[in-house]
Amino acid sequence: MAEILSLHDAVKQFVNDGDSVALEGFTHLIPTAAGHEIIRQGKKDLTLVRMTPDLIYDQLIGAGCARKLIFSWGGNPGVGSLHRLRDAVEKQWPHAIEIEEHSHADLANAYVAGASGLPFAVLRAYAGSDLPKVNPLIKSVTCPFTGEVLAAVPSVRPDVTVIHAQKADRKGNVLLWGILGVQKEAALAAKRCIVTVEEIVDDLKAPMNACVLPTWALSAVCLVPGGAHPSYAHGYYERDNRFYQAWDPIARSRESFTAWIDQYIRGTADFTEFKAKLASAEVAQ
Amino acid sequence: MSYSTNEMMTVAAARRLRNGAVCFVGIGLPSKAANLARLTSSPDVVLIYESGPIGAKPSVLPLSIGDGELAETADTVVPTGEIFRYWLQGGRIDVGFLGAAQVDRFGNINTTVVGDYHQPKVRLPGAGGAPEIAGSAKQVLIILKQSNRAFVDKLDFITSVGHGEGGDSRKRLGLPGEGPVGIITDLCIMEPEAGTHEFVVTSIHPGVTREQIADATGWAIRFADDVQTTVAPSEVELNALRDLEARTAAAHGQAPGEA
Repeated sequence: MAEILSLHDAVKQFVNDGDSVALEGFTHLIPTAAGHEIIRQGKKDLTLVRMTPDLIYDQLIGAGCARKLIFSWGGNPGVGSLHRLRDAVEKQWPHAIEIEEHSHADLANAYVAGASGLPFAVLRAYAGSDLPKVNPLIKSVTCPFTGEVLAAVPSVRPDVTVIHAQKADRKGNVLLWGILGVQKEAALAAKRCIVTVEEIVDDLKAPMNACVLPTWALSAVCLVPGGAHPSYAHGYYERDNRFYQAWDPIARSRESFTAWIDQYIRGTADFTEFKAKLASAEVAQ
Repeated sequence: MSYSTNEMMTVAAARRLRNGAVCFVGIGLPSKAANLARLTSSPDVVLIYESGPIGAKPSVLPLSIGDGELAETADTVVPTGEIFRYWLQGGRIDVGFLGAAQVDRFGNINTTVVGDYHQPKVRLPGAGGAPEIAGSAKQVLIILKQSNRAFVDKLDFITSVGHGEGGDSRKRLGLPGEGPVGIITDLCIMEPEAGTHEFVVTSIHPGVTREQIADATGWAIRFADDVQTTVAPSEVELNALRDLEARTAAAHGQAPGEA
């Protein structure tokens, strides 16, 4: 059964230094508030897994939480580069980071395999690509029935997955809808799973076949309205495209990035205080 | 009507999508061209985005690959794993529509690094969905602006394979799809030459010279025997494109040129 906890307590209890952590959400429902809380609590040596690192991992990497990154597309969507990711890869700041690079199809299949309890995923991929030359974990397997050579990649089985969703009920059953990305697979692939939600309700009123994660498959549910900002929560708020653009100059230099993290993340007690500080800064502009 | 070279590129790319084709769309220029096709010559084109929407019909261009409007206007939204497993690998994609940071003469694509992988000069975003789209879509179209930094003699990294080393490379690699059948730029259209599969210029946009194209290509670009002149954008095409860009700019709070 999932415990209904504060985000502070859930991160403290379920995210340990050195863990492999997947904070998933494909453009939609990115668990930003949880990323902030991991930075606030100074978690370190994490292996971060995520198809699209996005701003959330730019922040975690720049704040020094990550030892390794497993990913398949690392940009600021619609804007440009993730400057903190690039600085870590190109100039080892704030420290060297190991990268393990895949394609989207590979990582999506790897989460499916992880949720399926399998050690590896098989897919038709990578023939002619240089990625297997730089990622020794991309191997091949021969089909025992047809002889076709296919790609084999290790499944993703994180110590802890964090996702954001629209609703939970009071028992901790979770409902999400819209663009689902790999959230369900990432949740079921992990040993522990934290879900932050927009609201907690008496009855999910979930349509048949809706994407519901049962409470007994989760570790903790945390009420964090707005917790996916600057990404969006379908039915609640839209993507804050201006924040994605504003992030570019913030993250461009080490000094402006560190000042932002110190002020907005380390300098706030929780996501509610962060939101208030961000809102007052936007009003001042 | 007068038009820009970027508009010519988008229009020329949109014309390549036949009505009814099932198209796996990359974000940015491919998404713009594919939606222009849907709004003009190919109303029944099916647009699939890797985030999960199938049959998306957005009224404005998405800024990200998973914008909410893609989901709201789609026939159905499926998990990302399903997009790659059932719909792409399952052999249901007619056209993969890709952008690129760099391409070579065989339509191989680099979106990973410039320079050495382990000590990169420039770290690019990486693969995303492109390697398997390039492998498994029945055909691939590539759209990008032409310059000798983007059209290079030798790629530092092949992220997504085109025609490999040319000739029957794809067959030897066991790739199911036909590979790239067109590269559409702001100067011209290139198509693979029969046999060698080297991209040669088959159509030059109005007002562009062969010298301009050669200067903007990092290899000794060749021209087909019967090079066409691309038909200039029609008023209908230009109006549809400009309306789409204006709606997008208004929705995202951008200047019209940024859309």
